[in-house]
Amino acid sequence: MQKSLATRFTLTDIFIYILGGSIIALVVVGSIATLATGLYGPRQWIDFTITGLTLGSIYSLIALGYTLVYGILRMINFAHSEVFMSGPLTAYFLADAMGKSGYLDENPVLGISLIFILAIAVSTIVAVLVERIAYRPLRGAPRLVPLITAIGASFFLQYAFRGFFGPNFKVYPEMAILKGALVLGDLKMSYIQILVIVAAMLMMLGLNLFVQYSKTGKAMRAVAEDKETAALMGINVDRIIVTTFMLGGALAGAAGVLYALVYTQVQFTMGFVPGIKAFTAAVLGGIGNIPGAMLGGLFLGVVESLGPTLFLEGLQVPAPYQLRDAVAFVMLVLILIFRPAGILGERLTEKKA
Amino acid sequence: MNARNTLVVLSLALVALIAIACAPAFTPPADAVGTLKVGANEPIHLTWMFVVTGEDGTLGVDSRRGIEIAIDDKGGKLLDRAIKLDGQDSGCNAEGGQAAAAKLAADATVVGVIGSSCSSEMRAGGPALSKAGFTIISPSNTAPDLTDPAKRVAGYFRTAHNDTIQGAVAAQFVLTQLKLKNVATIHDGSPYAEGLANVFAANIEKGGGKVVAKEAVSPTDKEFKPVLTKIAAAKPEMLFYPIFISAGSLITKQAKEVPGVDKIPLMAADGTFSGDFYKGAGTAAVGMYQSSPDFSAFAAGYKTFLDKHQKKYNEKPLSAFHAHAYDAANVIFAAIEKVAVKGPDGALYIGRQALRDAVAATKDFNGITGKLTCDPNGDCGAPVIAVYQVTADNVSKATTPEKPFWAPPK
Repeated sequence: MQKSLATRFTLTDIFIYILGGSIIALVVVGSIATLATGLYGPRQWIDFTITGLTLGSIYSLIALGYTLVYGILRMINFAHSEVFMSGPLTAYFLADAMGKSGYLDENPVLGISLIFILAIAVSTIVAVLVERIAYRPLRGAPRLVPLITAIGASFFLQYAFRGFFGPNFKVYPEMAILKGALVLGDLKMSYIQILVIVAAMLMMLGLNLFVQYSKTGKAMRAVAEDKETAALMGINVDRIIVTTFMLGGALAGAAGVLYALVYTQVQFTMGFVPGIKAFTAAVLGGIGNIPGAMLGGLFLGVVESLGPTLFLEGLQVPAPYQLRDAVAFVMLVLILIFRPAGILGERLTEKKA
Repeated sequence: MNARNTLVVLSLALVALIAIACAPAFTPPADAVGTLKVGANEPIHLTWMFVVTGEDGTLGVDSRRGIEIAIDDKGGKLLDRAIKLDGQDSGCNAEGGQAAAAKLAADATVVGVIGSSCSSEMRAGGPALSKAGFTIISPSNTAPDLTDPAKRVAGYFRTAHNDTIQGAVAAQFVLTQLKLKNVATIHDGSPYAEGLANVFAANIEKGGGKVVAKEAVSPTDKEFKPVLTKIAAAKPEMLFYPIFISAGSLITKQAKEVPGVDKIPLMAADGTFSGDFYKGAGTAAVGMYQSSPDFSAFAAGYKTFLDKHQKKYNEKPLSAFHAHAYDAANVIFAAIEKVAVKGPDGALYIGRQALRDAVAATKDFNGITGKLTCDPNGDCGAPVIAVYQVTADNVSKATTPEKPFWAPPK
C-alpha cells in the first residue's frame, strides 16, 4: 500500500513532467509579458484567431482522412497529402478556363460548385486507387509494410502530377464574388474565410451524422471495432474500407479547393506541409477519433497563428513568426506529455463520438 | 656497306632535325591551382548552376538564356573549339546548392561555372566549386557577404550588384521620394533576403528613419496574415520584403486584406522581378514598387540582346539577370582567350589560377550591363539600381515593367 514515490514515478516520468511544467511556465510568462506590452488590442487577437480558424478548418478536413483510415485499418495513410494535392491541382485547369472565359463572374455559384465537384471526384478516385493498388494486397502484412508503401505511393503521386502538370505553381483565378469582407466593429472576416470556416463546419457535421446514424456509418464503426466479427455479421469489410477511403478523399479534395481559394497557388508539392500538419492535428486530437481530428486541426491552426506572437513576443524573441512551426510542435509535445492519447483520447469510432 | 653507312647517317640527321624543329620542348604552363588540358578534339566545357525548376525557376532559366545567347554570339566556338554548356539545378536553397556543386566539382573537364541564382546556393556550394579549381562567376548572387574578403571563396566573382548598393538605393527611394520614415521589413531567412533587409534597415536608420518592425517568415509559408497583423500593430508607413516569388506574391496579396498594412506602399526587390510574381500576386501588385537593375541605364548592346532574345525564345526575358549572365559568359570567354595556351599536340592548356587572375584583372570591359571592372573582392558588376512601379498592364500580361519609376540622382 505505502509505495515510495520512486517506484510510482520513474526517472523518465519525473523528467517529462518537469519538461512539461517548464513549457507551461514559459507559455504563461510569455503570454503575460506580451499582453502587458499592450501592443495588441482585441482587434489583433480577433484577427489572429480568425486566420487560425481558417487554416485550422482546412487542417481538420485533411486530418479527418488520416483519422478515418487509422480508425478502420490502424495504419497511417501517408499518401493522403497527395490525395489532397491531386484534386485542386487538376481542377485548376477548369478554374482557369472558366476564369478566362468570364464564366466564373457570370455564374459564380455554379462555377465554384463545378470546381469543387471535379476536385472531389479526382481526390476520391486517387484515394480509392491508392487503397486498391498499394494497401489492399498488403492487408495481412505486418504494420510497417503498408507504411512504407504509403510513402512510396506518396512520392509516386507527387512526381506523376509533376509529370502531368509541370513543376511551376499555378494561380487560381480571382473571383469577384469572394472579394470583400464582412465588417462588424472589430470583427473583420473576408468572404473567403467565412466560406472556408462554414463549409468545413458543415462537412464535419455531415460526416459526424453519417458515421453516427447512417447504416454505412454503423457498419464502419463495427469494422473499426472488430473486422472479423463485423464480417461474420454480414458486413462486407472491403466495401466499408473503400467507402472510408472515399470519404477521406472527398474531404481532402474539398479541403484542397478551399486551400486553393484562400492561398491561390497550387503546385505538385502543395500537399506536403498541410499533410504533415494535418497528421499532427489528428495525433493532437487523438488519432482514430473524429471529433478529435476536428478539434486538433482547429487548435493547431489557432496556435500557429496566435502562438508565436502571444508566447514569444513577450520573451523578447526577435522575429517570432519564423518559429511558428516550432511553437506548434512544442504544443504537440506538451499535450502528449499530459494526454498521451491526444486531447480527446484515442477513442475508436465505435463509441459514441 | 657504304650505302648502308650513308643511310644510317641520313636517318640520324633526320632525327636530329626533328629534335631541332621541336625545340624548345613544350611544357604546359605551370599553375598554382592546376592546369586544365582540353584535348585536340574536345570542346571547352562551361557549366551553369541555377534554379531552373519549381517556384523560383524563372530566375535561373532567365540567366541560362543569357549564357546561351552569349555562346550564339561567339558562333558556338571559342579558340576554334566548340563550347559545351550544361549544368545543374540548384533549387534556390542551401541543400540544392551543395548537391549541384558536388556534382559539378566531380567533373574535371569543367573550366568554369556561371552561377548560382540564389545566394544560399553559393554559400553552401561555393567551397566545393572553389576547391575543384573552377572560376565561378555569378550573374545573380547579391548577398553582401559572398564578396566579403573574410568569407569569399577563391575564384568567386559576380557580375550582379552587391546588395549593399541595392539596399542603399531602396532606402534612399523610401526616404527621399516616398518621404516616409517608419518602415517594416520581412525576410525569409535566406542569405539574400536577410542581407538585403538588414542593409535596407541600416540605411533607413542612417537617414533618420525608424524600422518599427523586423519580421521573418519561412519560404514555404502560405499564410502570412498573422505576421502582417503583427506588423500592422507597429504602424509602419511602408513595408519592404525583399524575398522570392512564391512567398512574395502571397504577402502582396494578403497585405491588401490586413487592416493597417492594406493601404501603405509595398516594396519588394529584384528577387521578385519576374512575370510569375505578377501572376501570383494578381491585381494586389498594382502600384507596388520593386528595386531592380536599371535596364534603361544599360549599355547600347542591351537592345540588340533583347532582339536576339525575342527571336530565339519568342518571349520577353523572364527575370532580371539575363544581361548579367550574358556579361558573365563574355568575361570568362575573354579570360579563356587570354590565358589558354595551345600545345604542339593541338590540346589547349588553361591554367586555373591564371584564369582566375585574368578574370580578376577585368577592367573597363564593355558589357551590356555597363562597363565592368572587377574589384579585389570579386565584385565585377556595374551596378545601376532603379525602382520600378508595377502597372495593371504588367499584371494582366505578366511582364516586368520596362521603364524605371525612379532612379537615384547621379
